[in-house]
Amino acid sequence: MLCKNIAIASTLLTAFSGIASAGEWETTTEIGVEARIFLNDPIFPGQSDDTVQPSLTFQSDIRWRSDDGKHEFVFVPYVRADAVDEQRTRADLREGYYRYVSDGDWSVLAGVAKVFWGTTESRHLVDIINQTDAVEDIDEEDKLGQPMLMLSWLKDWGQLDFFVLPYFRDRTFPGIEGRLRTPLVVNEEEVFFSDDDKRDVIDYAVRYSHYFGDWDVGLSLFNGVAREPRFVTPVVPSATPEFFQLYDRITQAGLDLQYTKDAWLWKFEGIVREGQGETYTAAVAGFEYTLYQIFEKPWDLGLLGEYLYDGRDEDITLVEQGVTTAAPFTAFENDVFAGARLALNDTQDTSILAGAIVDAEDSSTAVFLEAERRLGQSWTLELESRLFLNVDEENIFAAFEEDDFLNIRLAKYF
Amino acid sequence: MAFRYSFRSPHATLAALLLLGVAGLGAAAVLSPANAQEEVSEVAAAEFANDPEARGTTPEAHKGYDIAARSDRTDHGYGDSRVSFTMILRNAAGQETTRDVNITTLEKADESVGDKSLVIFETPADVRGTALLSHAKILEPDDQWLYLPALKREKRIASANKSGPFVGSEFAFEDFTTQELNKFTYKYISEGELDGMAVDIIERYPRYENSGYTRQVSYTDQEIFQVRKVEFYDRRDALLKTLTLDDYRQYENGVYRAHKFTMVNHQTNKETDLVYEDYEFGLDLDENDFVKGVLRRIR
Repeated sequence: MLCKNIAIASTLLTAFSGIASAGEWETTTEIGVEARIFLNDPIFPGQSDDTVQPSLTFQSDIRWRSDDGKHEFVFVPYVRADAVDEQRTRADLREGYYRYVSDGDWSVLAGVAKVFWGTTESRHLVDIINQTDAVEDIDEEDKLGQPMLMLSWLKDWGQLDFFVLPYFRDRTFPGIEGRLRTPLVVNEEEVFFSDDDKRDVIDYAVRYSHYFGDWDVGLSLFNGVAREPRFVTPVVPSATPEFFQLYDRITQAGLDLQYTKDAWLWKFEGIVREGQGETYTAAVAGFEYTLYQIFEKPWDLGLLGEYLYDGRDEDITLVEQGVTTAAPFTAFENDVFAGARLALNDTQDTSILAGAIVDAEDSSTAVFLEAERRLGQSWTLELESRLFLNVDEENIFAAFEEDDFLNIRLAKYF
Repeated sequence: MAFRYSFRSPHATLAALLLLGVAGLGAAAVLSPANAQEEVSEVAAAEFANDPEARGTTPEAHKGYDIAARSDRTDHGYGDSRVSFTMILRNAAGQETTRDVNITTLEKADESVGDKSLVIFETPADVRGTALLSHAKILEPDDQWLYLPALKREKRIASANKSGPFVGSEFAFEDFTTQELNKFTYKYISEGELDGMAVDIIERYPRYENSGYTRQVSYTDQEIFQVRKVEFYDRRDALLKTLTLDDYRQYENGVYRAHKFTMVNHQTNKETDLVYEDYEFGLDLDENDFVKGVLRRIR
């Protein structure tokens, strides 16, 4: 009797473990603690004068893939708790999707995901699917998860992706106590759209990418709500002056190129955008040249140079069918970027990236440094610094002039 | 005739016979020891096209090339494979760090091109999902794309960096990208003995640009024709590193694979070991599984 029970139990256990072990689970969790140290006092009313802005971050990457690799579920929640700026305390679903990869050469993804397009380093012009999570950092590299249906074909003639984006997400902004913000706080409750568009109007995008010998090419087309807002103030001023976000409907064509030869990477990104004032073009073009094993060490030094052009006219407000449109402000109308990346190629993957973007007209300069190193097997230490030098009062960076900072971040991975 | 080559093992003769059978030559007469040298190259010529530039002009070069070709071609025809391995990096003080890596390979169509491979890092956790896709070439630089999962960004990278260390290890990129026969010229040195095995010692010289080596000395056993040891000489022709390949196992498809690689750097006293799990073959992969678009499906 006992034997029989044990036999049944073990059969059940085997069956259960069979289900649980079908496919593959993988979880990576990252917990970070960071301190942003500001070197100067703030200049706008309401900003916290704390020198140190501490934060805690949590991100978990949970994914399951079936044994045949065709089905995949991904869930990536992200949380930040900030001690100073309550707008910086929030949660986001970075990714949360199901993907099916066919036997043939197509795949479909449904859910919240992140997509990157582009080649250049100083600015990501072509990249437009995900909204910028600007409360994280001002480098526009942190992105919010975007709900989408994505259909992809992967052929020997290249990759073709179709996107249907059913929900628009607003850009995030620091709150009144936060640093690195606009002079007026951006209202995050009430958001305006330039015509009847609402956030639930569907955006569409298509992208083709492939490589031809030493060339990598990407072509993209987007029609939908611009990810970049304009800031407007109400006609009747409110008690506390603030900016409201106003999003226009745009069509944008993008081209990204990279030519790879020897130790040289030549890069280009260009867009044509219609829908924000007059149709305009913008481009970034440059190079990355790597010197290998400098000083007879295993160190690699990459030298980066890029020119940034943006032809938008921020002053002109067009009136079309009773609606005014204009281009959002940009800091990168005519700028030069120079930088260097040092990789020590050690077991701790130590790397340092430093650079500066200089406005060719008014010489306003934004300097940055990013360094990281692994400690042991499961910790990382990151340093980041941004300095705003010689900023012209007309330049957008004038708002950040007193916000030079050093960010120290320690993260543990599980 | 000064560099007569002879088989010592019945297995080798059997392997050669099988190869001849496949090639449809069936000329058993050429298997006499006296003609073994020619027989090696005839096998090669029948199923593969020798690259005359790589094979060189002197008898020593021919013989070196033919031994390397036989070693390479013995394990030809595996189609595709997938394997996980642990990379153990040890500094001069003996401190260890590890990386778990998964590599999927598609065998080259012929010897005028290289294998295609996809390397994915599983640990350390902060680089999990980082991947390197390589399309190996013979003399031109390989095509390589790096995938950075945090940014969802794939980036074509310059592959001119042959001699740089691969992810902080004692393996250079050029040691790690697939070892294609025609990437080198060869010179037969002598027979020798290594750990009780009879071996052929040959030198090979990189034909591709930007190598960190003037030459490599390889030791290939005479029984199953596998490389057992390689010594690497730097640009000053000083001994830089020694690679030892151990734990060869034969799979059902006849292919041999080493399961332990030990690379010792004599100039820094650092060491990197690669410990392999079992290989999977017959995955039914094709070229489409190695286009850059697959990188975005990793993570």
